[in-house]
Amino acid sequence: MSDKKGMDPKTYKFDTLSLHAGYQPHKNAGSRQVPIYQTTSYLFDDVDHAAALFNLERGGHIYSRISNPTVAVLEERVASLEGGTAALATSSGMSAIFLAVMTLCEAGDHLVVSSQLYGGTVNLFRLTLPKFGIKTTFVKPRDTEGFKKAIQKNTKGIFGELVGNPGNEIMNMPEIAKIAHDAGIPLMVDATYQTPYLCKPIEHGADIVIHSLTKWMAGHGSSMAGIIVEGGKFDWMQNDKFPTMTQPYEGYHGLSFAEEFGPTAFTMKARAEGMRDFGPCLSPQNAWNVLQGIETLSVRMKKHCENAEKMVEYLLGHESVAWVSHPSVPDHPDHDLASKLLPNGKGSMIAFGIKGGKAAGEAFINNVKLASHLANVGDTRTLVIHPASATHSQMDEATLKFAGLSHDMIRLSVGIEDIDDIKNDFENGFRAARKPRLVSNQ
Amino acid sequence: MKFQVNNNDVYASTGGRPFDKDKPLIIFVHGSGLTHMTWVLQTRYFAFHGYSVLALDMPGHGLSGGESLKSIEDMADWVSDVIDTVGYKEASLVGHSQGCLVTVECTARNPDKIKTLSLMGGAGAIPMNPELLSLAENNDPKAVELMMDWAHGPAGHFGGHPVPGLYHINTGSMLAKTRTIKNTLGVDFRACDNYKNGFEAAKQIKIPTLSILATDDKMCPVKEGKKLANLIEGSQIDIIDNCGHMMLLEEADRVLNVLKKFITTNYPAN
Repeated sequence: MSDKKGMDPKTYKFDTLSLHAGYQPHKNAGSRQVPIYQTTSYLFDDVDHAAALFNLERGGHIYSRISNPTVAVLEERVASLEGGTAALATSSGMSAIFLAVMTLCEAGDHLVVSSQLYGGTVNLFRLTLPKFGIKTTFVKPRDTEGFKKAIQKNTKGIFGELVGNPGNEIMNMPEIAKIAHDAGIPLMVDATYQTPYLCKPIEHGADIVIHSLTKWMAGHGSSMAGIIVEGGKFDWMQNDKFPTMTQPYEGYHGLSFAEEFGPTAFTMKARAEGMRDFGPCLSPQNAWNVLQGIETLSVRMKKHCENAEKMVEYLLGHESVAWVSHPSVPDHPDHDLASKLLPNGKGSMIAFGIKGGKAAGEAFINNVKLASHLANVGDTRTLVIHPASATHSQMDEATLKFAGLSHDMIRLSVGIEDIDDIKNDFENGFRAARKPRLVSNQ
Repeated sequence: MKFQVNNNDVYASTGGRPFDKDKPLIIFVHGSGLTHMTWVLQTRYFAFHGYSVLALDMPGHGLSGGESLKSIEDMADWVSDVIDTVGYKEASLVGHSQGCLVTVECTARNPDKIKTLSLMGGAGAIPMNPELLSLAENNDPKAVELMMDWAHGPAGHFGGHPVPGLYHINTGSMLAKTRTIKNTLGVDFRACDNYKNGFEAAKQIKIPTLSILATDDKMCPVKEGKKLANLIEGSQIDIIDNCGHMMLLEEADRVLNVLKKFITTNYPAN
């Protein structure tokens, strides 16, 4: 019956939402493109209107630290693409993670966190959050049962990168979501590497999705931005673990976020409390820049994945390469899981080991010309880095080992250049790596 | 707050303020399969401006206990019971969609108890598309997807939520999936489809009545809303351009402004 002609929903699909969601031109002087509201503050109609806005009686903008019309378009657009109820954009991916944790936790709380994370995120959980009284137990992403065992009475959530940085280990998101939900806590997933084009974590049980929009979502490498997306399914009132969500909040005249806002409660609290008190707001210009990238998200992601699979094939057959890690490789430990969670492509992050160890790795990095050596991923241009000496360099030897890093590892973010040009560039790098002592480091 | 009606727990949002029996009461009645949360951009304002507010979760919906009521007439009597239970002799009613059928019937049955009636996206009858009804009764999530598609106008489909960062269609879907679809949406749709007394009930209403309609409402089109409103003596009509059935969220500010003027004029706070 449900397949009868005319009875399918006509709601807009992914590619259309990438271009249109969050914005209506007729409400903005007919401007077809989203305007940049380079503004800090917004007129109140009268005293009553001002009070109503401050008290969340009405929706609207007050001050751009809390919300901004251009940023709001980006927030709605990403929420629509992720299948989320609401989103809150932030100044960077790291501030998105911090704000999400601070919205969820209080001093004395505990989190269970995947060990395979961006180095900065590891440091946030390992070193910085304990200063706020929030402790973490790290679990290897493939140790699904380990997540369950690590949950304590004061655990308020599970966090992980869907595909670990930089080793490409994949969390079994549906199973870990079930573990979290059985314990009455939410699952937070950083899906920066995937974008909603490759995976919508909410469909697989995640409750909060986080992105560094700086990466594939924007693609152009011009702007820092992050976002928190709420799935809307998590029932904050099912237990007494989240009093700041369910009990009257002194900061808003006794408001209970869960009772009043239900499926958008987390976002409302993150904005009303987190943005108000911490203030890591996204600039309107950067929001607009990210919107330009999102317009071509599916086109770019297809090309990223296509090039990545060609590079995997090239690296697997290369004499200078010791090993290749990418979920598309059939003997990758998570290949089957990746096929289930990432049906549109396995992403464009490749980790590989270069024969000759650290010295060879350094020579390779110093001799590629097209590929850029920098601390970013997800640019339209091909990027390379040696994590042990850069992104993860603040870790000691034991932490590096626990994070699954080796000194021969090169992290490759495959761009959308002509694939032959990328391969030719790598040939130069490998040639130098085979003779490290004969090649200048400059 | 929670209280009991007919031995079942009832949840009602009080708009973020303690329930105060010394203030005039406004009761908000949600549409099919939804919850009190649809009213958040109206209820908080009234709660902070001299009224006691109850945005109800109908039985079996949202945070309320019991089973969904199977007829509009039963729902109307239940709303009347709520007024008695919370210790009031009178109230102002606000309904959306199915909530309009309920509040119209309740007002006709309780002419001395109801002081003003505000209808949003209302009609005298809401016959259901048989296929949509069947999907909902068979617990098919596609029923929610179709409802969200048809219930939203441009703001829902393109975006531009009055609350920054919220996305209409996905939020609405989550509200409609709070409980088992067949037990909420399925029962509600059947109740709407069965209800035939709307136009007769409307003829009996003699209190100040406001109808807010929207040009892009596919669920209860403007002409159906006007047909109902024209049967109610002296009723006011406000039509919102470029807006769908979920006007209370899509054009929340406009709705609040119209509602505020109507209620404060006809049922002033102390």
